[in-house]
Amino acid sequence: MSGHSHADGVLPHEPEKATLEGRNKVLGFWLFLGGETVLFGTLFSVFIALRDQVNGGPTANELFSLTVVAAATLILLTSSLTSVFAIQAMHRNQPKAMVNWLIVTVLLGLGFLGLEIYEFVEYAHHGHTFAASAFSTSFYSLVGFHGGHVAFGILWISLLIWQVLKRGLTVVTAPKVYIAGLYWHFIDVVWVFIFTVVYLMGKVG
Amino acid sequence: MAHGSHAVKRYTGIMDWLTTVDHKKIGILYLISGGFFFLIGGLEALLIRIQLWKPLNDAISPDFFNELITMHGTTMIFLGVMPVIFGLMNAVVPLQIGARDVAFPFLNALGFWTFFFGGVLLNVSWITGHVPDAGWTSYVPLASTTFSDGPGVDYYVLGLQISGIGSLLGGINFLVTIINMRAPGMSFMRMPMFTWASFVTSMLILLAFPALTVGLVALMFDRLFEGNFFDPSAGGNIMLWEHIFWIFGHPEVYILILPAFGIISEVVSTFSRKRLFGYSSMVFATVLIGFLGFMVWAHHMFTSGLGPVANALFSIATMLIAVPTGIKVFNWLFTMWGGSIKFTSPMLFAVGFIPTFVMGGVTGVMLAAAPADYQYHDSYFVVGHFHYTIVGGLVSGLFAGVHYWWPKIFGRQLNETLGKLTFWFFIIGFHMTFFVHHFLGLMGMQRRIFTYLDGMGFNEMNLISTIGAMLMGVGVICFLINVIVTTAKPATAANDPWEDGRTLEWAISSPAPEYNFAQLPLIRGYDCYWKEKMEGNKTLQPAEPLGPIHMPSPSILPFIMSVGLFIAGFGFIYHQHIVAAIGLAITLICMFLRSVIEDHGFHIEPDEMKANAKEVKAS
Repeated sequence: MSGHSHADGVLPHEPEKATLEGRNKVLGFWLFLGGETVLFGTLFSVFIALRDQVNGGPTANELFSLTVVAAATLILLTSSLTSVFAIQAMHRNQPKAMVNWLIVTVLLGLGFLGLEIYEFVEYAHHGHTFAASAFSTSFYSLVGFHGGHVAFGILWISLLIWQVLKRGLTVVTAPKVYIAGLYWHFIDVVWVFIFTVVYLMGKVG
Repeated sequence: MAHGSHAVKRYTGIMDWLTTVDHKKIGILYLISGGFFFLIGGLEALLIRIQLWKPLNDAISPDFFNELITMHGTTMIFLGVMPVIFGLMNAVVPLQIGARDVAFPFLNALGFWTFFFGGVLLNVSWITGHVPDAGWTSYVPLASTTFSDGPGVDYYVLGLQISGIGSLLGGINFLVTIINMRAPGMSFMRMPMFTWASFVTSMLILLAFPALTVGLVALMFDRLFEGNFFDPSAGGNIMLWEHIFWIFGHPEVYILILPAFGIISEVVSTFSRKRLFGYSSMVFATVLIGFLGFMVWAHHMFTSGLGPVANALFSIATMLIAVPTGIKVFNWLFTMWGGSIKFTSPMLFAVGFIPTFVMGGVTGVMLAAAPADYQYHDSYFVVGHFHYTIVGGLVSGLFAGVHYWWPKIFGRQLNETLGKLTFWFFIIGFHMTFFVHHFLGLMGMQRRIFTYLDGMGFNEMNLISTIGAMLMGVGVICFLINVIVTTAKPATAANDPWEDGRTLEWAISSPAPEYNFAQLPLIRGYDCYWKEKMEGNKTLQPAEPLGPIHMPSPSILPFIMSVGLFIAGFGFIYHQHIVAAIGLAITLICMFLRSVIEDHGFHIEPDEMKANAKEVKAS
């Protein structure tokens, strides 16, 4: 039951599942991601319903430049890979390597966010503002919700890096890092759908 | 007092309640605040009925009437019955599965406080004078700025958004608690029906509430930030709101009724002194209702022009739900069949529930027939139908559960005479109020309209309905008197005050000690406590030796986080974005503190447990 029964310095093989608190956290977070799936599913449905309602503004085909979006996609997918390396380092009980991979993940996340902000500013110059049309409102809501998730993830993982540096890798910090990894994969998967439904279908549809 | 290396501050008095992470205390907080909002919603209902008691009445203005029906529906669903359900789940589920706590005590407290402050935010609108008035479904374009200018509907949007966070957290908490924290031997197919119902309800909460979140965000963007989701002049679509609202809204109906089904199963089985008939089919039916609950949302929209194919599919899916519900009704009847029935006050509510809910179910199947629905739509027939399911069904079930578990929660048994009086006033008043609604609806009386003309044949039935509402009010007053009288008496309830308890919660003291179980019990079958009693054992075998018990520390952060959200809500409603930012910052800082402050909790040692046990009573 207690979160500090492994105080003898030997970390179990899967430290995130070594305590009941840890197991609860991991299961609870999977369920939370289930709820998040419904949340993004609803946003996707709304976007699909409204994506042709441009109200005289630019259409998706005229607006999107796939180069920037492809670069953003590449960066985010790579960051998912580096977060896997971080979790693998955690399972090998190498906190230093884990922190380094987490730092790379955060930097890639910042890169993605920077590209997204650049992209939004560009669109606004072309008259594609939040209040322009039903298409623009639903576009910014869906993609912006995802961007907000990325921003939150960056803050969260940064905070965890600081905690691990301060306290080391323990059965208390390990589940936190593990679920932050799950979260990061989830927003990556959501982006894959955004890339397909919003950008690719916007280019051809 | 805290022992060992981790001295943790323990609070007393009001600070104890503000900082508690104990599921039993949080359950009591839910029951009290849910009960409070239930009374507000009830007063609103009485005002509605007073306005409608005679034709062309001018007791209240049309605008006030719109505000009353909106707030009555919203308050009752989100702030009245859902918190009482959460209250019973908190008070009972961990005890039924043999857990010392819930999975996430901190989140549990946070869920309560966000619900509470969301509810307060919604009701503050009565004080500021800008009350939501677009109906509890808040359909656009009525709820858009074009037709609902001013902050009224914003209170609805922000209030529900904040209290919705609480529901989602509660849902996840109970799912993890039930999956991960059952006592040794408590397999899924040995879980009591109330726990099963809580499990399926939590799953529905998890998968339905995020849709409402998105809907409310979209409405908020449209109203506050010039979004165009629901604005047809900029390409938006008003049908979108109806779909999103009911994709959440119909599962919500089953979120409400499934726990009532669970309560009725427990009460009927206990007071028939028989094993629940068809337990496994009961579990199956509960899961199936939960599944089908997601497939039927468009039956709220038959008249909105979806076309015959969609209407036919949703019509059939809706009628299908009658099958698992019927399984449940027959199982309750067969449980009572041949049992030695004791008509205690919870049993009266349960027995009253069954025919009342069946009537609501029958009108439900009538409404599911899409062509006929064109006749019933937006008439008092619909009002009659859903009050039969939600009031005659759910509220009866909650009364049964509250009377049944009151001794386990508070250590005092409610007065049986007053309990029976509550039942008779409530059920007679209920049928008087709502039975006539079916006929009023078929005769053409529309819902949500503040008055009606003389000479339409509506007069007598409306008068009967108003008198019935007063009787229900008398029933609720009987209950309140019962609560006051009981609270004034000493807490002397036995472990198993009904003497026929079957499930695990009756094997421990009333109220349960802070740590619930000094030693986790070994579960040897369904109705585990009854099984031990039948084999001549006083209690269950322990599954572990006596040892120190780890407890989570109390925390004020959930309260402050919710205050932050409350402030942010106000900021958004009145377009003061700095205030909104400050509120959100308070919440985020609390999240930061929660993450960085090391909290190992504390331990309760066996000596202390023995001292406690002697104080409470000999067990």
